[in-house]
Amino acid sequence: MTVEGTAERKTARDGSKRTTAKKATTKKASPSRARNSAGPDQAEQDELVQLLTPEGIRVEHPDYAIDLTAEELRGLYRDMVLTRRFDAEATTLQRQGELGLWASLLGQEAAQIGSGRALRDDDYVFPTYREHGVAWCRGVDPTNLLGMFRGVNHGGWDPNSNNFHLYTIVIGSQTLHATGYAMGVQKDGADSAVIAYFGDGASSQGDVAESFTFSAVYNAPVVFFCQNNQWAISERTEKQTRVPLYQRARGFGFPGVRVDGNDVLACLAVTKAALERARTGQGPMLIEAFTYRMGAHTTSDDPTRYRPDEETLAWEAKDPILRLRKYLEASGLVDDAYLAAIEEESDVLGKRVRDVVRAMPDPDHLAIFENVYADGHALVDEERAQFAAYQASFADADAAAEGN
Amino acid sequence: MAVHEKITIAKAINASLRASMEADPKVLVMGEDVGKLGGVFRVTDGLQKDFGDERVIDTPLAESGIVGTAIGLALRGYRPVVEIQFDGFVFPAYDQIVTQLAKMHARALGKVKVPVVIRIPYAGGIGAVEHHSESPEALFAHVAGLKIVSPSNSSDAYWMLQQAIAGDDPVIYFEPKRRYHDKSRLDTESIPDPLHKARITRPGSDLTLAAYGPMVKVCEDVAKVAAEEGKSVEVVDLRSISPIDFDTVQSSVEKTGRLVVVHEAPVFFGSGAEIAARITERCFYHLEAPVLRVGGFHAPYPPSRLEDEYLPGLDRVLDAVDRALAY
Repeated sequence: MTVEGTAERKTARDGSKRTTAKKATTKKASPSRARNSAGPDQAEQDELVQLLTPEGIRVEHPDYAIDLTAEELRGLYRDMVLTRRFDAEATTLQRQGELGLWASLLGQEAAQIGSGRALRDDDYVFPTYREHGVAWCRGVDPTNLLGMFRGVNHGGWDPNSNNFHLYTIVIGSQTLHATGYAMGVQKDGADSAVIAYFGDGASSQGDVAESFTFSAVYNAPVVFFCQNNQWAISERTEKQTRVPLYQRARGFGFPGVRVDGNDVLACLAVTKAALERARTGQGPMLIEAFTYRMGAHTTSDDPTRYRPDEETLAWEAKDPILRLRKYLEASGLVDDAYLAAIEEESDVLGKRVRDVVRAMPDPDHLAIFENVYADGHALVDEERAQFAAYQASFADADAAAEGN
Repeated sequence: MAVHEKITIAKAINASLRASMEADPKVLVMGEDVGKLGGVFRVTDGLQKDFGDERVIDTPLAESGIVGTAIGLALRGYRPVVEIQFDGFVFPAYDQIVTQLAKMHARALGKVKVPVVIRIPYAGGIGAVEHHSESPEALFAHVAGLKIVSPSNSSDAYWMLQQAIAGDDPVIYFEPKRRYHDKSRLDTESIPDPLHKARITRPGSDLTLAAYGPMVKVCEDVAKVAAEEGKSVEVVDLRSISPIDFDTVQSSVEKTGRLVVVHEAPVFFGSGAEIAARITERCFYHLEAPVLRVGGFHAPYPPSRLEDEYLPGLDRVLDAVDRALAY
């Protein structure tokens, strides 16, 4: 078993395919082995929950069955393609000087779309700063994500409109906010769940450990979704941990599971199960989505300085979009016309993103003083008035110059 | 609660928490040992018994976790009142307070509010071991998005905490722990002053002493001794450190012409520096002497047998008063 506490899920599994799947998933890994190669070694590969192989072959897992309609499967494909296109546009816009920085999600589409599509509207998301695909699933207009990277605000959306909190840049801080929010959900007697996203680097932060402690102690309905993309800027996961990350959960008293983070079906199935546990009062769960960041950490770093090409190439073969496409094509669920239509839709999205970003106005100068306090603050009022008068003095001078 | 009763500050804070929790079911009390024990200073005594462990929450021993989860609860619509056990233990939570709590309202363009109140028993004078007697108010006052207050008597302790809890901004509420057991009048019926309004607690005409929290009593004692020597000293209790009610200080200094600022925190980069600079700017032509400051030294808080030397006492403040009057 790769996860405790999922016995109730077994009733849904596909018995006819169990034998082969079980064989591939019951082998225990040695917990003390450090990982240092490109991608998981064989034993760790066996720990992965996988429902779709890199070749696009559908497989079953004894604990995580999922049965999607053709439309749902096509929807996941569309989500991933459009998210990748949005991300590519943002990267290009950064290169063109329209954005100050961009944190690309390239390669992590399945982890984000799979987990994002597992959520209910009344669930609440606490992202880090790379969850563009999750934002997409929440219905946040993707152009809203760009304001902070362009430098016109620190987050351009109302978190409560889509139950999607602002991006959090301090690593791991948001896992505690998610835990506190989940404690509130529990106090309210609501049956929704909360999900906190973070990366393998963040797993070293004290706040993440503290959020594990608090959520376990209070049995809070929160799912911790760690996207282990193998690199924390230039540092490998082995600089963060000596045990596979999902195994940390056990020490805090809740289950952890490692899922193939490039397999959108597995990410969806595992996240659904974890959310269901949370909703039914069974407490937190840690999901480690084993994936890969294909690009740079952000547009300001250069992965060629620290990352071997062969590693990147090895992961390219596991591309999350390609494998779903192979499956959809082999199953006759998509045809060329459908794929072309998605391409066309992504072109439209790309153009819209470019147009909106370029049209984003710089904020008003006095925005510096807005919303510093909810109830106001005498010093802010004083400084705003002084700065406004100072600004106005230029207008007066300009007017006088024109008058002359 | 009778009107005009003499009561300790600790009991006034307890009564304030009780009143806030009765008035608003969203108010929660959180912290280490706040439940059955009633807190290490017994300030939350009896609250868990009356409000239950869902509203008076004993937390794991993790300050960042306490503040971070309080932020999440506030985002969900609760009003957590967090207790940090001692001043020197707030630093594990400093990141959450500074990078998250203080900025979240601005970051969300005003769309979310995080009304978290952080109670910190602070400052020295109780003979404690290290990390139990610090005065970190300047470190918080420097951060936009936070409000900082410190009461000096029971009525203020009672009202200012309720005002802090009812407001929509994060507030650091510094409790002068050496005054916890001082009794003073608690007036639960008169309309309280606004949270950030300074108050003249003793009128005078020769010099203004500005202080807050534990140093207000020292300054009042100084004013009494000075009066015996024929000097008329006015005492301003700032009550709020962010924002500071400079108007009240200014009008006092325009009358007296002299200002001495007193706090326990180290003088260097302390709140006294801010007050001296602003008042000098506002009252330059009224000042008869430079603004002087009395406070702690630029040294780690000393072992308790030296804290009487470190903390501003009657003699050091009187010395500053004499120096200011000598100009």
